[in-house]
Amino acid sequence: MSVPEVVMLATGVVGGAAALLVVTSRNVVHSALYLVVALLAVAGVFLVLGAEFVAWAQVLVYVGAVVVLLLFGLMLTRAPIGPTGQGNELGKAMPLAVALAVFAGLVALIVTSYGGEVIALEHVPPAALGEVLYVAWALPFMTLGFLLTLALIGAVVIARREEGEGPLPEPDPDEPEAAEASPPDSSSWPQRQPEPTPDEREVSA
Amino acid sequence: MAAVYPLIFAALLFSVGVYGLLSRRHAVLVLMSIELMLAAVTVNLVTFWAIAGDALLTGQVFALFVMAIGAAEIGVGLAIIMLIYRNRASVNIDDADLMKY
Repeated sequence: MSVPEVVMLATGVVGGAAALLVVTSRNVVHSALYLVVALLAVAGVFLVLGAEFVAWAQVLVYVGAVVVLLLFGLMLTRAPIGPTGQGNELGKAMPLAVALAVFAGLVALIVTSYGGEVIALEHVPPAALGEVLYVAWALPFMTLGFLLTLALIGAVVIARREEGEGPLPEPDPDEPEAAEASPPDSSSWPQRQPEPTPDEREVSA
Repeated sequence: MAAVYPLIFAALLFSVGVYGLLSRRHAVLVLMSIELMLAAVTVNLVTFWAIAGDALLTGQVFALFVMAIGAAEIGVGLAIIMLIYRNRASVNIDDADLMKY
């Protein structure tokens, strides 16, 4: 077994275990931290395959930005950060069966199609990728930048607090679990107090 | 190096992502599962580039594109989750059923 194969197997095992922990961990913050390990393992696989710039972009974009964004999302949506109930209305057996079927099908396909294929490893320095990216792929690259800008503007517009939208009222201490126990129908949705418009403020002053 | 190692790693990541997507109901966890599936796709792209040895580095460039799309998706997805949380006081995706029936 060559050195790249050993490194690939090690990162694969670590990454696979971390990915399993992401979806099975009962604490959501732990899931986000295991996601860091899984994505770092993916970056390691890129390094072994010789895609150096893609590996560092993976570390910067995913580990540096996306996971921090996910943790901020968990923080800003307060509950339930602690242990959460497992499973949704699909249960656990059906997702497990689907995932195992997908994995078995993919592995069978890979082994029959690429069983004897050998990769001649070749290191591509970031400069070589940059020369291709800014010449042959210049137009798609700029389009991608435009799309990212649009997505960021869209995210700000979606998450912005609208007029009349305020913080939710404190939960009623008499029935703290009512909203969690049964999915609410429209009559039991939390009612928000509209913020006073400037006109109303002037009148009350 | 045998090509099956990275390909099977990608298949494992994708299947785990499918399981998380179907079995968990915390909306942020669902986003994390989608991230795992996107990571599997990028591993596949880079692996097939390494097999084919393309002069334009198409696989690597598309892996970068998938990463950028994933970042945009996380941004918009988290914004939607925060909006649902503000309006429903819940991040449980089973509660976001206004357009279901």
